[in-house]
Amino acid sequence: MFNRRSLLKAALASAASIPLAGCSAFDFLRERDNAMRQFMISINNLTYSAQRLLLSADQLAPEFTEADILQDQHPNGTTEPDTEDYVALQDNNFADYKLQVDGLVERPASLSLEAIRALPSRTQITRHDCVEGWSCIAKWHGAPLAQILDSVGVKPEAKYVVFHCFDAIEKSLSGEILYYESIDLTDARHPQTILAYAMNDKPLPIENGAPLRVRVERQLGYKMAKYIKRIELVADYAAIGEGNGSYWADRGYEWYAGI
Amino acid sequence: MTNHTKAGRLIKRQKLSTRLTHGIWAICLFFLLLSGLQIFNAHSALYWGDQVGFTYDNDIVTLEGFPGWMTIPSGQDLATGRVVHFFFAWIFITTLFIWLIASLRNRHLSKDLLPTRKDVENFVPDIRDHLKLKLVHAVRYSPLQKLAYGGVLFVLFPLIILTGLSMSPGMNAVLPWLPELFGGRQSARTIHFIVMALLVGFFVVHMAMIILAGPLNELRSIITGRFRLPPRKRTESENV
Repeated sequence: MFNRRSLLKAALASAASIPLAGCSAFDFLRERDNAMRQFMISINNLTYSAQRLLLSADQLAPEFTEADILQDQHPNGTTEPDTEDYVALQDNNFADYKLQVDGLVERPASLSLEAIRALPSRTQITRHDCVEGWSCIAKWHGAPLAQILDSVGVKPEAKYVVFHCFDAIEKSLSGEILYYESIDLTDARHPQTILAYAMNDKPLPIENGAPLRVRVERQLGYKMAKYIKRIELVADYAAIGEGNGSYWADRGYEWYAGI
Repeated sequence: MTNHTKAGRLIKRQKLSTRLTHGIWAICLFFLLLSGLQIFNAHSALYWGDQVGFTYDNDIVTLEGFPGWMTIPSGQDLATGRVVHFFFAWIFITTLFIWLIASLRNRHLSKDLLPTRKDVENFVPDIRDHLKLKLVHAVRYSPLQKLAYGGVLFVLFPLIILTGLSMSPGMNAVLPWLPELFGGRQSARTIHFIVMALLVGFFVVHMAMIILAGPLNELRSIITGRFRLPPRKRTESENV
């Protein structure tokens, strides 16, 4: 016969064993192709939809005042790129630097720093939030990405902007992995999305991404690629890196880092 | 049925919606806590204000980081910690909305949780009873129970959700005033951590009370909904 008391005792005993199991019991979630992890990620994709629903295309990230700039921007990731082509450009103070803009565009372009500096610019004091948990406020100055996209003419089938970078974020026996990131066209055309060449009223320091880094103020720091070499417009990012659209997304982080 | 009378009346105390949401929250909070400690370990210090002082001091506390047996996953793995944390955050918030609607409709809120004038009158005696570890079982929650459950449901739960959302750069663009309400993004992170500690504190007391009040009766009530009232001598004959 169904015995409620024994059922309760069994429930109590199994509940008590949860803490004893320890948290390595859930380490299977670390496996990238684990079905439960995949399911969790599919639910977490609601964050992207929800934020796109709640945020109008032009809604700005909070901006701060000069009084909030209390320190230099804390650098993270690569702080001193040592790839050959980067070092050569650096030796000449980036005078020979050219930003390549290509992919699904009408008129692929190669822009010098001088040309980018001549474009109408935007200045914003914003808070940079790292996925690790820290934040830092700095003043950024650069050219809105939207006008560069307009000048090259984005083809209708393009959906993402991919940033190919100079810096080798990972070096192993099998070779170097150069940093890469991507954002959708909503974020790419956002008024605060700029290719920054100055920070806190000074030329962008090497450790913060000289000569050009992107600011994507409604997402976390790893989306804001530094040392940008080339901007490519694509219909999907399956062919980039391991196919998740970003160096960190290929390592298990969210491609959309609005949270 | 003398035995039954001695043990007191068995009543239907908890509705299915209450029991289900309670169970889902318990699971959610377990995973949110341990994945949250994993996320904390990526930068194991707490600050006040909007940013982290790298060249100035605004830290409140700097910790070594939580050991692997307290985190999900057990090793350092921020990416997986975030996957787990956000998944259970979605389930947690969805369940909270379902509970709120169900509890308004079935009057769990107004009947069981809303303090009455009688609760105010009984407040001090109830504290006295609890201090003597004399737990009174009745059809209704005691004033301290209402305070504890109400505090978790209407203060700690909203606070931990809002401080969590304050850390989202996307949500900061939606509600720019939200992190400032807590004194800045890093303050919100600190409050998120403090509320976590308060919820752990609630859990410890909650477990202690269940053990003191009779764990089998309490567990039955939250699993099957049935709760046995203490014997009432005067009504013994009525129940035969």
